[in-house]
Amino acid sequence: MKYAFSFLAVIALILIAGLGSQIPGMQYLFGVVLPYLAIMLFVGGFVYRVMDWAKSPVPFSIPTTCGQGSSLDFIKQDKLECPTTTTEVAGRMFLEIFFFRSLFRNTKSEIHDGPKVTYESSKWLWLFALIFHYSFLVIVLRHMRFFLEPVPFVLSILEGVDSMLQIGQPAMYLTDVFILVGLLFLYGRRLITRHVKYISLNNDYFPLVLIFSIAVTGILMRYFLRTDIDIINIKNLAIGLVTFSPVIGAKIGAIFYIHLFLVCTLLAYFPFSKLMHMGGVFMSPTRNMANNSRSKRHINPWNDPEIKPHSYAGYEDEFREFMVDAGIPVEKELAAAEDKA
Amino acid sequence: MYNKGTIIPGLVIFVLLVTSPIWFNGFKAATPPKPELPPGGEKNCVMPKEYMRDNHMVLLNQWRDSVLREEERVVVTVDGKNYRKGLQMACMQCHSNKEKFCDTCHTYADVNPYCWDCHLTPKEAASKEVTH
Repeated sequence: MKYAFSFLAVIALILIAGLGSQIPGMQYLFGVVLPYLAIMLFVGGFVYRVMDWAKSPVPFSIPTTCGQGSSLDFIKQDKLECPTTTTEVAGRMFLEIFFFRSLFRNTKSEIHDGPKVTYESSKWLWLFALIFHYSFLVIVLRHMRFFLEPVPFVLSILEGVDSMLQIGQPAMYLTDVFILVGLLFLYGRRLITRHVKYISLNNDYFPLVLIFSIAVTGILMRYFLRTDIDIINIKNLAIGLVTFSPVIGAKIGAIFYIHLFLVCTLLAYFPFSKLMHMGGVFMSPTRNMANNSRSKRHINPWNDPEIKPHSYAGYEDEFREFMVDAGIPVEKELAAAEDKA
Repeated sequence: MYNKGTIIPGLVIFVLLVTSPIWFNGFKAATPPKPELPPGGEKNCVMPKEYMRDNHMVLLNQWRDSVLREEERVVVTVDGKNYRKGLQMACMQCHSNKEKFCDTCHTYADVNPYCWDCHLTPKEAASKEVTH
């Protein structure tokens, strides 16, 4: 029941914030202190993790290739699947980062009677991962209206597109629905697909449950539990945070502190979790290296520069006498080598 | 550290993006909006002030549905004065200046309600009567 633990953890977090924020004087902790701590942990931890990766040597040229490599002129190279130049690598990275191209190739393997193994394209993961990530991005960008004054025009356009169905007031956001659908799929996949369930751990379930709870508390706050949710008051707090003059004004409903506390948890948890794939996707040597090891020698950075390359010819020069003594065949005979010398 | 040339600029961009609200606002605390109280001096609204701050949009949406879909344009009475249910019929009888009342907060919080797709402010309504 490892997936149940994530729910317990998130319920505990909700209780901490929901009850804690109602204690007089604790609003400052939940509204100001913890957000500052969380963002510092997020930025600091993120930079630390990336620097840590940057310090790790890449001993071999290990790009994953899945297409025709650069070869003779009349053989067409697959430039995206087997890039040899930086531009081609950039193209491959762009498609990976913005369109999750590697998930597009996701296949489902099944064993049928026979026994016979079948491989079938399975694009659902790709589709719902795109839905989830882009919804999350739009939601984060939409929230910038609380932190920026004056609000840039592009954010108003984004908000207008997101609420274009004009359902209800405050208007329903499409991304609110999409992110829940995406998360439900990503969570359901881990429960239903047997082999994915087998390899799923707490640290796979927890972020999904946490982000789901953040979305749900946000939706509840916007559409249903509006008591003491005065947007002006909340924006004053948010602007205060980013101008280093935070003020807790009038009373803000508990649902706001729950939402904020869960976001703080996500930010603080981020650098120590699998969510670091946000930075890691840029750092993955299997994807950001060019497959050019035949034209350009990859030097293993941990090689001792004092140890010079030792060719076979040099080796034979060093040990020729002993080799001849031991009856090991040599390329140059003893006499011939001495003549030259 | 390897690949300094790309990783350090990348990290700098990341940190600048995350902290962009700090630079955008330039350490200047924003001045919260002060919506203008009704020029006519009315003191009471259809609901208490706190409720209206949080929920006026919910109430307006309910009014819209009940008026347009259920034809219940009942009369709202505040302080002995009768108003017909509706944004223009009731709310804007007192809060007559959209720019100084509605828009102050809506601009601050970047809320763009579609009320004004159909409704007119009293000023606009007056100018329409003249032209037609």
